[in-house]
Amino acid sequence: MNIIVCVKRVPSTQEEDLKIEAAKKEVDRESLAYVINEWDNYAIEEAVRLMEQGVGTVTAITIGQEEDEEVLRRCLAMGADQARRIDPGGRTLDGHGTARVLARVIAGIPFDLILCGVQAEDDNQGMVGIMLAEYLGLAHAAVVTGIEPREGELIVQCELEGGMDERSKIKLPALLTVQTGINEPRYVSIMKIKKAAKKLLEVIRLADLNFCPDDLAPQVLVEELFLPPETGGSEMITGDPTQAAEKILQILKEKGVRA
Amino acid sequence: MGGIFVVVEHRQGKVRDITLEMLSKAGELKNDLGGDLTAVLLGWETGSLIESLRGRADRILVIEDERVKNFQAEVYQLILQQLIQEVHPSLTLIGQTAWGLDLAPCLAVQLGFPLVTDCLDIKIEAGKPTALRQIYGGKVFARVSLKESPGYLATIRPGAISLDPSGDGPTEVVKKEFPSGLPESKKQLLELIESESREVDIAQAEFLVSVGRGVGEEENLALVRELAHSLGAVLSCSRPIVDKKWLPKYHQVGTSGKSVKPKVYLALGISGAFQHLAGISGAGTVIAVNKDPRAPIFRVAQYGVAQDIFKIIPALMEQINNK
Repeated sequence: MNIIVCVKRVPSTQEEDLKIEAAKKEVDRESLAYVINEWDNYAIEEAVRLMEQGVGTVTAITIGQEEDEEVLRRCLAMGADQARRIDPGGRTLDGHGTARVLARVIAGIPFDLILCGVQAEDDNQGMVGIMLAEYLGLAHAAVVTGIEPREGELIVQCELEGGMDERSKIKLPALLTVQTGINEPRYVSIMKIKKAAKKLLEVIRLADLNFCPDDLAPQVLVEELFLPPETGGSEMITGDPTQAAEKILQILKEKGVRA
Repeated sequence: MGGIFVVVEHRQGKVRDITLEMLSKAGELKNDLGGDLTAVLLGWETGSLIESLRGRADRILVIEDERVKNFQAEVYQLILQQLIQEVHPSLTLIGQTAWGLDLAPCLAVQLGFPLVTDCLDIKIEAGKPTALRQIYGGKVFARVSLKESPGYLATIRPGAISLDPSGDGPTEVVKKEFPSGLPESKKQLLELIESESREVDIAQAEFLVSVGRGVGEEENLALVRELAHSLGAVLSCSRPIVDKKWLPKYHQVGTSGKSVKPKVYLALGISGAFQHLAGISGAGTVIAVNKDPRAPIFRVAQYGVAQDIFKIIPALMEQINNK
C-alpha cells in the first residue's frame, strides 16, 4: 500500500504566553519553537506502521519554506521513504488554498491512501484533509482512531462524541483524517534524523503548478486577532504555594467534599 | 433565494443539542439576513425528530429514507448539494462535530462556497457573515470575514451558543423524495459502538481531581494519584493523558470521553480545550491550577491558581498530612 501523509510545521504554544503582532493579523512567532503538528505526528506514525505490516511506501508532504523541511526530515527518520516540500514562494494559503495545492501535487503521485491530521494546532480549522479528499474524488472518513487494512478496502473506526465510536468499511483509494491517540508515536533521535538525510526530499515550486491567482485567493480572511482577558472570570487565589493550598482545602471543605 | 439552512444532526432517534443551538443562532441571524429558516432533516422514522424541531424553524425539510437512517457524509453531501442549489440559502450551518468535520469541507468544495469552521459566534455585517473563532487551542480569538459568494457555509462549535428556549413559531413540514440516481457509497457503516462502562465511573463522582498535559511525564502521575487518594477524590484526566496511554479511556473527561457533574472539579495542569470544557459544564465548582494565566480553563473556573502544579501539589500534600 502506498501512503501519502500531509504534515505541517506549527509553533509550539501550549506553554507559551502568546503575543499579537501590531497589525493584529498574526501571533508574534519570533520567540516560538516549532514542532510537527500533533495530529500529523500520529498520522505519520500510523502510515509507517501500516507500511511495516505489508509492502509499499510512505511519502510525506508539506507546504512551507525551507525551515519547514525539518518536519519532513523527522518523518523520514520515523520511516517515511521520501518527502516533498511545496514551496509557496511569497503566497499565503488558507485552508481551501492548501487543499487545492496539495490536490494538484498528489494527483501526480500513485497512492492508495492519504492520511492527514484531523486539524492543525495553530489555526484549528479541520478542513484541509476532507477538502483534499473531495478535490481528488476519494472516499473519506474523519476523526479516525483505528485502521485495519483489508483487500482493496479498510475497516476504520471513527470517534464520535459522547464516548461513541463508529466502525465503517471504506473503499481504497481513500483519505482519512487521523485523531490523536490512534497509536503511540515513536521517539525520533537526532541520530535517526541524521541517518535519514540521504533519503529523497524533492522541492516543488507553487509557481510551477499553473494556478490562476484567483484559484488560491483566500476564502476566509482574518480581520482581527485578540487575546482573551487573563484569568477571565476566575477568582484568582494568590500568595505562595502554602497559602494557595490552604485556600484550596478551605474551598473543598466549604463545598462539602472534604471534612 | 436567501435564508438559512440548518443541517439537523441526530443520533439514535434523538436530535442532538448542537442542532437546537444552531437553530437558536439562525433564528437571530435571519432578521439580519432576510429569508426563511429551514431545518434540513435527513433520517428514517423522523416523527419524534420533527416534533423536537417544531417551532424552532419556519420550515422543516424532511427526506425520510432508510438509506439516511444513520449519518453518511457522502450521501448527506450529495443530497444537501442538490437542496442548496435548488433553494439557494445564503448561509448553511453545520455542527463542528465528528460528522460535521466529515461533511462540511467536501460540501464546500462541491458548491464552491467559502467555509468557516468551528465558529463560536456568527454575525451578519453588510449582508455577509463574519465569525468569531479561536485559534492556538483557544489561547487566541480571531474575528474572520468571508470572501464574497452567493452562499456561505459555517460549522458551529457545540456548546458555544446558548439555547433559545422559545419554540412556538409556526413551522411548515415539507417532505421530499430521496433523490434517485445517487452513486453507490464508497463508505459503509458497519456498527455504532458504545463505550463500555468500567469500575471507575467518573460521571458519578462527587469530587474529581483531574490531570492534564501539564503533568509533563508519566512518572509524575503518581503525585496526582496520591493527592486524589488523600483527598478521597476520583482521578480523571484530559485527552492528552489518554492519548499517551498513561490512563485508560474511562478516566477521560470531555466530549469524546465523559461529561461529569461533580460538586468539585480540581483541574491540575489542564489548559482547557473546548472539548474538555464541554465535559465539565455540569460541574458545581471548578478550581483550576495552571501556570499559564491565559489558559482557557480560567474562563470557566470559579477559582484559579496561576502557579505550577508541582509547587501546589506538594503544598497540598503537606497540609493534608499535617492534619
